[in-house]
Amino acid sequence: MKRFAGWTLSTPATLLVLVFLILPVLATIVTTFATTAGPFAPYLTFFGSGFRRTVLWRTIQISLATTAISLVIGFLTAYVVSRSPGWLKSILIVAAVFPLLTGVVVRSFAWLIILGKNGILNSALLSTGLISEPLSMLYTQGAVITAMVYLFVPLMVLTLVGVLEAIPDDLLQASASLGAKPTATFMQVILPLAVPGLIVGAVLVFTGSFTAYATPQLLGGEAQMVMGTLMYQQAMVTFDWVSASTIAAIMVVITIAIVLLMTRVARRLNPMAV
Amino acid sequence: MTRNIHPVLIALTVLVFIFLVGPLVIVLGAALSDTSYLTFPPQGLSLRWFENIFKIEAFRRTIVTSLEIAFLSTGIALLVGVPAAYALNRYRIQLPGWLSTLFILPVLVPELVLGFSLLKNVATQFHAPIFVSLVLGHSLLVLPYVVRVISASLAAFDFSIEEAAISLGSPRLKTFFTILLPNVRSGVIAAFILAFITSINDVSISIFLTGPGISTLPIQILAHMEQFFDPTVASVSVLLMGLTVAVMAAVERTLGLTFFAK
Repeated sequence: MKRFAGWTLSTPATLLVLVFLILPVLATIVTTFATTAGPFAPYLTFFGSGFRRTVLWRTIQISLATTAISLVIGFLTAYVVSRSPGWLKSILIVAAVFPLLTGVVVRSFAWLIILGKNGILNSALLSTGLISEPLSMLYTQGAVITAMVYLFVPLMVLTLVGVLEAIPDDLLQASASLGAKPTATFMQVILPLAVPGLIVGAVLVFTGSFTAYATPQLLGGEAQMVMGTLMYQQAMVTFDWVSASTIAAIMVVITIAIVLLMTRVARRLNPMAV
Repeated sequence: MTRNIHPVLIALTVLVFIFLVGPLVIVLGAALSDTSYLTFPPQGLSLRWFENIFKIEAFRRTIVTSLEIAFLSTGIALLVGVPAAYALNRYRIQLPGWLSTLFILPVLVPELVLGFSLLKNVATQFHAPIFVSLVLGHSLLVLPYVVRVISASLAAFDFSIEEAAISLGSPRLKTFFTILLPNVRSGVIAAFILAFITSINDVSISIFLTGPGISTLPIQILAHMEQFFDPTVASVSVLLMGLTVAVMAAVERTLGLTFFAK
């Protein structure tokens, strides 16, 4: 009986995931290969459409930019947080967890107030006399990227604080006592040791931005359509479920490919691995 | 303790934290404004936009729906997730490695794809009620949090205590409730809270599963924003931020907020 206890206890969760996640998602993907027009027809349509290629390319650009900016900001901030005294560290972690636990709608809405035509940034710029006409900042790639960076920096900071704190102090002391300057220690000891964490953070941010919906919808609108908003439009506005399923399949394949590839790379690059 | 940090780095960190907290302070200010449009700093202080939330029937209804879904889906996730996390820790050697991957699969599959697939292949195909599909979608969404948090607290549990109880004649189920559960209580509370807030905030799954008469709060906020640009949304946002504060206080008391930096 004991042999099967582990299986018995994990069966309900396994069934939930199997029946309501794996099967429905597989069914969505399978239908794209079983259309009357031929097995790859929906994909030929997708990649044959200039508009859709633009959407895919824009989504990749936005996701890459968001990932790169979040990596730089997140890493530098996490470095300072991990070296801070206890009380300051607690405050900083609270400041990062608070936005993390606040919903995506609220956080995107905040940027809507800031970047709008009558928004805070425009009124501030107008009152200082830097500009004479309000700028159109909403519905631009910059607005989407800014709000996405805002969305993902807390995640990146918290991921990297954990990674940086796991680096033993002995290593840094050894580096310093052997004559390395702080910059050299940072570049040659801390950075290489943080690479696996940076990769994990980058994967989280990239896949998150690539499949985002609410933020690009609110700050990018129709003008900055991305994969997520296009998928929603195809499914719920034009009711072209084959097209929506095709976009879903492309999102799943790209997401899982990146996760598998990058976790493998991270494992290989981990200098602490035995 | 602040060892050799370049002043430029410190200045940058200060800017980053203004960037993180500032927008939410702006939302709070806009919610308190007495004007009929969104503005910051607030002009005149008023709580009328908070009253306005409860005057709008769609907000009242979706707040209730969101709470129902969050409670039900968190409950389901705990019911299936606690035994699964237990099995993964207690019978680690007997179970294959992919099983733990299976339970984090909902994180790997884009939420939009899950939402759409539930609509297409569960709600439409099998005529499952929208509400049921929403609860199922949210249960899957929060399952990874439950399994992860419970596993983390089980990792610190000494299973020999359980063995001792059983060898002294305590029935397995009783052992579970009197020995195991009290020992991972803080983990269960934290899992509940994190799952709950994740469900409340969800957009990507729910956006596909809102049918006639059924919607969740975040979806209602999006719908309201399309028509009105008044401080009502800012007030709802402040209510949600209040929930975040409560959640953080609860997590701090159970797992400690450093849990997020692990």
